[in-house]
Amino acid sequence: MMLKKRFIIVTMFFWIIALPLSAHATEDIQWWHAMGGKLGEKVVELANGFNSSQSHYRVVPVYKGNYTETMTAGIAAFRSKRPPHILQVFEVGTATMMAARKAIRPIAEVMADAGEPFDAKQYIASISGYYTSKNGEMLSLPFNSSTPVLYYNKKAFKKAGLDPAKPPKTWQQVEVFAKKLIASGYECGFSSAWISWIHLENMSAWHNRAFATKANGFEGFDTRLLINGELGVKHLSKLKAWQDEKIFVYGGRRNLGNSKFISEICPMYTESSAGYAGFKAAADFDFGISELPYWSDVVETPQNTIIGGASLWVMAGHKNSEYKGVAKFLNYLSSPAIQADWHQSTGYLPITKNAYELTKSSGYYKKNPDMEVALQQMTRVEPSKNSRGLRFGNMVRIRDVIYNEIEGVLAGKRTVKKGLNNIVKNGNKLLRKFERINKSRSRK
Amino acid sequence: MDRQTLFKSSYLPYLLLAPQLLITLIFFIWPACSALLQSMMMEDPFGMESIYVGLDNFYLLFEDNEYIDALEITAIFSLLVCFFSLTLSLLFALLADRIIKGAVVYKTLLIWPYAVAPAVAGVLWLFLFNPTVGIFAYFMQWLGYDWNHHLNSGQALFLVVVAGVWKQISYNFLFFLAGLQAIPRSLIEAAAIDGAGAIRRFWTIILPLLSPTTFFLVVINIVYAFFDTFGIIHQVTGGGPDGATNILVYKVFHDGFLGLDLGSSAAQSVILMVIVGILTILQFRYVEREVHY
Repeated sequence: MMLKKRFIIVTMFFWIIALPLSAHATEDIQWWHAMGGKLGEKVVELANGFNSSQSHYRVVPVYKGNYTETMTAGIAAFRSKRPPHILQVFEVGTATMMAARKAIRPIAEVMADAGEPFDAKQYIASISGYYTSKNGEMLSLPFNSSTPVLYYNKKAFKKAGLDPAKPPKTWQQVEVFAKKLIASGYECGFSSAWISWIHLENMSAWHNRAFATKANGFEGFDTRLLINGELGVKHLSKLKAWQDEKIFVYGGRRNLGNSKFISEICPMYTESSAGYAGFKAAADFDFGISELPYWSDVVETPQNTIIGGASLWVMAGHKNSEYKGVAKFLNYLSSPAIQADWHQSTGYLPITKNAYELTKSSGYYKKNPDMEVALQQMTRVEPSKNSRGLRFGNMVRIRDVIYNEIEGVLAGKRTVKKGLNNIVKNGNKLLRKFERINKSRSRK
Repeated sequence: MDRQTLFKSSYLPYLLLAPQLLITLIFFIWPACSALLQSMMMEDPFGMESIYVGLDNFYLLFEDNEYIDALEITAIFSLLVCFFSLTLSLLFALLADRIIKGAVVYKTLLIWPYAVAPAVAGVLWLFLFNPTVGIFAYFMQWLGYDWNHHLNSGQALFLVVVAGVWKQISYNFLFFLAGLQAIPRSLIEAAAIDGAGAIRRFWTIILPLLSPTTFFLVVINIVYAFFDTFGIIHQVTGGGPDGATNILVYKVFHDGFLGLDLGSSAAQSVILMVIVGILTILQFRYVEREVHY
């Protein structure tokens, strides 16, 4: 009797505590991202904006380190059955995520289940195409997409007697310009970030050449690299030759070379359009942005460049009510005003047509014509089989192979042809491994 | 009266051993077994699909020129790190042992680097040697030498060896100094009276008497070069350029945790385990015979 009484008291006590909570029950939505520094602040701002726009859900952004660390953390969390709701995965991890269909939920499906309005056509095709499956289903939300562009130091151009309003359009011009810049006292002509992404992957798309068979992996796991073709040999040979004259200087992996542009050592620099915010903050000279140069003896007009950056994946294994919140949040992120602001402050591409139109009509591009370059370069023509992007499993490791071989070639340890052949040979092995694992999956 | 303590109960000794055994089982034996198991599987990163592939992961590794390069680089790197960290710290210990005034200051300064975490040390070296903004690179340029460890394999290897040695000198120094101070003065003085010079005294008295310390440090330093230099490599070169600093342990981490190729990573760690096991056995069988305790 006594026990029962105590039990009732205790239960009531918990009820009293829990009541006010359940009245305002907010559901937390975990968003794991890889945006540090200024971008990280912007991400928090986005989450706060959403949280104050409604009271039912609370998006909790968690910085998980760089792209690879974030992806590894997400996967580890999935394996221990505690995945976040939303995981930001860099473009390189896309094929891995796509192959893991049981671990993720396609955003088209999440939106439909939640009854949120969603029109895949609203997204810019050359961006969303990257994250769309073979049967046309949009799998993840292209949150931060960028594409490589040429940055150039206007002050240096003036010093070398070049017109700051006329950046080089072709690689032939880059060579001429670089020589003039060096003659005017600069140590180097140009350098580059992300050498694999910009000088191999994008160079193929930009000249409408295949990087690999099966539409660069979009049409199947049995894709094989083709990068040791004419264009690859030509471009890499030129880089090597230029390096000996300091027309080109290798700045290191990833975007380690950015300091070469900021400290005015190399007045021209190829880097992601998202490098804009960093350069804007750090460079104390005027710089311009121009389209990625192309070889005018290979194509008359270039195709389109391909994207980098990351997309947001919805992870499987959560409650339906929480997915409703996820859908609402993703819609919020895609809304024109938010996207336009994100685009203008970071240099990432606006992902929807409405956001692009909004930026245009606000007169932003009139004042900042450079900021339109990246998007124009992405959307100038319908993407071809060769320019939709790359979809490879084991892509992180394939990039390592590419970095190693390019460094070997640039250091003069092996010939261009040998280096490219090694990329194809070792890269194909990694592709076969991925195919082997995923074949067993599709059989089941 | 018998002073020996005997355990009356039969389970008590086991009970007392249990915590350590449990730790060994959970943190060493279990992971080692699962590595062995995983090395024979190919698995997708999410762990939803794994197929048994026998020894294919191992075959693929030995077919891969990058892995063969990594084996070679590990050997070169470990030898360089061990050799220089041991000789330099012995030199410092000998010098510090002779100092009378301000010995504490010297000793503290020499031990200091050991308190720096490997990752922090890595960042330090990274900034010093950064080809664009590093003070050392600037100095080299001023001397007319083109420093770019992002591209030059030799320079990159040099850099990680220097960083690795610098980090380990303090540890070795401590042990060598203690070893030196344990050598009876009378022996050295007797030799000096007999007319043995400083160099001769070093080779015939000090070095043999230091041999237990040296042997211990060789084992520790090899393990250090194989495993603990990871943080420095991760920060400074990330294994590049062209795999020039891609030592085995870094490749295990890189392929497994960044590349998400778990099968290959597990196979690599099994090979690494075998290599270090063999090295340790060899040292105890052959080198230890020369050691006089």
